[in-house]
This record gives sequence, C-alpha cells and structure tokens, in this order.
Amino acid sequence: MAEIMPEIGFIQEASRKIIVTGHYGSGKTEFSVSMALLLAAASNEKLALVDLDIVNPYFRSRERREILGEAGISVHGSVFQTEVTAELPALGADVRAPLEDKNCRVIIDAGGNDSGAIVLNQFMKYFNDDETTVLAVVNGNRPETRNIDGAITHINAIEAATGLIINALVNNSHLLRETTAQTVIDGHELCCQIRVKTGREIWCDCYPVGIVDPSDLPELSGRLMPLGLYMRPTWLDVGIGN
Amino acid sequence: MSEKVLMKGNEAFSEAAIRGGSRYYFGYPITPQNEIPEYMSQEIPKYGGAFLQAESELGAINMAYGAAAAGGRAFISSSSPGIALMQEGISFMCSAEVPLVILNVSRGGPGIGGIHPGQADYNQATRGGGNGDYKVPVFAPSSIQEAVDLIYEAVELADYWQNPIMIFADGILAQMMEPVILPEFKPEIKYEDIKKLKPWAITGYGDDDANRVTVKSLRMQPEDLEQHVDYLFEKYAKAEKELVRVETLGLEDAEIVFVAFGTTARITKEAIELLAEEGIKAGLIRPISLWPFPYNAFDQISDKTKVVISAEMSMGQMMQDVKIGIGKRFPIELINRTGGIIPTSLEIAQRASEILRTINN
Repeated sequence: MAEIMPEIGFIQEASRKIIVTGHYGSGKTEFSVSMALLLAAASNEKLALVDLDIVNPYFRSRERREILGEAGISVHGSVFQTEVTAELPALGADVRAPLEDKNCRVIIDAGGNDSGAIVLNQFMKYFNDDETTVLAVVNGNRPETRNIDGAITHINAIEAATGLIINALVNNSHLLRETTAQTVIDGHELCCQIRVKTGREIWCDCYPVGIVDPSDLPELSGRLMPLGLYMRPTWLDVGIGN
Repeated sequence: MSEKVLMKGNEAFSEAAIRGGSRYYFGYPITPQNEIPEYMSQEIPKYGGAFLQAESELGAINMAYGAAAAGGRAFISSSSPGIALMQEGISFMCSAEVPLVILNVSRGGPGIGGIHPGQADYNQATRGGGNGDYKVPVFAPSSIQEAVDLIYEAVELADYWQNPIMIFADGILAQMMEPVILPEFKPEIKYEDIKKLKPWAITGYGDDDANRVTVKSLRMQPEDLEQHVDYLFEKYAKAEKELVRVETLGLEDAEIVFVAFGTTARITKEAIELLAEEGIKAGLIRPISLWPFPYNAFDQISDKTKVVISAEMSMGQMMQDVKIGIGKRFPIELINRTGGIIPTSLEIAQRASEILRTINN
C-alpha cells in the first residue's frame, strides 16, 4: 500500500480549540488521538488533549497518555493520573489550563451522545468565542446513525444538551478491520445528505491506516485524515469463533 | 450502508436478547455492563416488553423468577459481585424448572474487586454459587458476534431445558466494538399462547380448577425431594451430552496445547501466531460451553504434545476441568493474570516458550 503523506494543512488551519462530539462509539477518541498525533508530527506547536469522557469505563484517550506524552502532547482528564480504572466520573482542575492558554492548541474529546457531551457545559465560558470549532463525528455503520434521520437526531440532541452549535461533520464511517474504501464512500454520501438537510459542511473524511488505501478514495482527496487504531489491542482483531 | 453494524458488546448483547424473544428485563447498575440496562430501558418497551430497575440484584433475580414463572421470557444481566447476589434465585429457579437467560459480564474479584475484566467467576458459574444439587449450562463467547448468536439461541434453550442458561462474557467483550450481523426477530409469543406452550406456567387458572399449576422449590418430604433431584439430574445428564460446544485448533501436531476461553482465547490465538514465528507449534482447545465442559476434546491431543497450558484471567479455576480432561497424559501448567489485568499475547508466548524449554531440558 502506497504511503502518502497526509495533507493536514486543513487541521493546522483550524481554530485553536476543537471539540469532538458524536454518538457513542462513533470513533471520537481514535479521531482525537490521531488528530493530536498528526499535528504533533507536523509542527512544534504546543498541544493538549482534554479527555472529557467520564462515561466509558474502558478505552479512554487518557489510557494512551504515554504515546501522546512522547509526542509532546499533554493529556488532561481524570483526577487520578495513574488510576485509569477508577469508577469515579471526576475531572482534574488542570483540564482548564490548556483551555486558558492562548498559545496551546487543544483537542477536546467529549463523551458519547448527549449524555456524555453534557460535561462540556461546565467549560462553556471557554467555548463562546471564535477560537472554537465543534465537530460531530459520524459513523454510518453504527445502528443509530445508519440513516440521515438517526444522525440528525443525535446532532440535535448533542446541541440541545450542551447549547453548542455543531459547526461541521467528520465522516468516520468504518467497520474496524473490515472497512473498505466503499465503507468510507458510503459514509461520505450519508454526510452529504446531512449537509444538504442541515447546512453543515464535511470537515474531513477518515480512513483507517493500513486497511484502506487512500488512493482508492480519489473523489474524497483534499480533506482525508488517516486514523490509527491506537485504542485497539491487536489481539482484538485475531479472528476466532465467529 | 453495509449489512453489518458496528456495535459495542453490551448494546449487541441486549439487542440479541430482544431479537431472540426476551421481553422482561430486570437489573441493577454495575460496571462494566451498565449499557445493558440503559439500552433495555429504551428498546425493550418498543416491543411490548418491560424494563424494571430493581432495588438490588436480589430484587432483579426474583422479579425475573416471577416473570418467567408466569411464562414470560426474562433476561437479566449483571457483573461478578452482582451475579453472586443472585445465586439464591438461580438455585430456586433450577429447582422450580423456570427458564431464564443470565448474562455475567465478569470483572475482577474477589469481593467488589475492580471494574476491569476477569474470568474468576469460573467456579461460581460452573459449580454453582447457590445451594443444593443443580446445574446451569454456561456458554462463554469469544467475540461479540458469537455472544449475539449464543444469547439469541439461549432464549430458546432456556425454554427447552426449563432451566436458567448463563452467558459468561467479560468486561472486554462488553466494552469493545465489533462489526456484527444481527439475527432476525423471532416470532412473538402471544399471551394467549403461553398456556399452550408452557403448561407449567402460572397464567391464572380462572375456572379451570383441575389444571391448577404450582411453581415451587420447596419439598418438605425427603423422598419427594430426592425423587425431584434424581429427575433433575436425568435432565442434566442429557444436557451434558447435547450442549457441549468447543472449538479446536491445530491439535494434530502441537507441542503446546493451550486451553483458553472468552477474551483469553483470542489473546492466546495471537500468542500461537507469535510462537509459530519462533518455530514452536501450538494448538488451542477453546471451550465454548464451560458446563458441560468439553472433556472429550482432550482426546484429540496427539502424543507429539509436551505440555497443556491453561491460560486464564483467574488463579487457575479452569485447571480442575483441564485435569479431568487430560488425566495423567500430559503435564499441566498455568499462565494467568488476575485482578482485571489482561495478559498480553507476547507474555503468553514468552511464558509458554520458557515452559517448553524447561520440559525439553
């Protein structure tokens, strides 16, 4: 598979604070982690990842603190820096530091659905400015966002719970290692329909690195983001049983 | 979009129960299965079913006992310490021959333990944590698709065997996501059909005094109780023959044979690939049914095998069954992690390689 250096200028041109919302399991965390690592690889800018997912007990972005730390990205989230399994929906005060630091670009990984995104409310004073972009990640293969009505219902619910306006869509339609170029293209089509109905632009289309060849997505070129499966242990994809 | 959907384990488990015909869900929150009550509270009423959050796990199991005794198809889920609290009800339901599908999304123990995945409920599941002579068929899926298929089937199996059926998943299967194909909805059992399909169910006898039914586990006369237990054990003997499920892999020329179930079996499969890179041939026996345990699969192990290794997320609770399976034919070793720690494939491969080296020397 040809290695193409991703064109990530559009991410670098984005606003200082990027809030990543979406349906449960739409891939917000993989998207946030991948975006942070791409930005870190491309420049020396000061970067932070704020993990506001206090809903999920497993697979949180702060579990990848080490990889992110090595890339120079500071990670803020749970009060318990080393205790990733604590069943306490609590956030550290340091979450506010990168939001207040005008020189720091910050990616905010919100919890899933409207119930997970509600945590954003307590930080609202940082988001009412022109330095914030709110994205909604859409995976057209999740049962509740397979069609346009389901996807729009979720977007509306997240907006109602947070008071934020979702600015743009991220097509992250995938089936993990079973993803094909067509999976990405079908998801793009779904996002196009959402765009027509709601006026929201498609911010980018994502493809899983090493699984889909970006050269098979010529019509989506320009705003393609490669996603690594950073959160997924390899043994999860060893075929066994059914 | 594709035929497959990407689902989180807990969501898929719930949907499979509904599609299999379960209509009564009773539960109490506990991590890592909380998405199940959340999902059921939204979805099961859409199909004419009922969701009820009980005041405790004891309440949940007894509500399920009541709903199932009345002929409804009940489904309950919990995690290790919550399942421990339900043991009394499970024993009662086995004695009273009332069907139920129980899902244990197991985590680390003992006690309240932790919220990360575990398999240390093996003895609880297969030996029974409740009192008396009874058995519960237990199936341990290794993927979300397999869990979906087993839960879907378990609804029918529970009715057929008139016994609770347990699905033993772990926190990882519940929290991870996989593409799955969901089965079709089973035809609805109408209320008026219950009396015909389940003549033992308490549906209200009305004017039909002659067909009054009783659901009970109390038998005060020793002879009566002994006769009942003998009858139950005839049923279990049949189940022991008919419900065995196992997957085997590469047993014919394996130097090392692993025995592993659930998530650990998936990790072990990657470990087998790592060992192959070193030139070591390893095979796998993956029990899908934990009771009845697939003892006969161990007869397939060839004389080329030097050691059988039980890989578990417990202190070796399955070892007892592995020993019964292999007798004195091969040495048995344990590779394990516990407390919620998931062994890595590299760790399993390295330890297995060391064990083989020691045996060869």
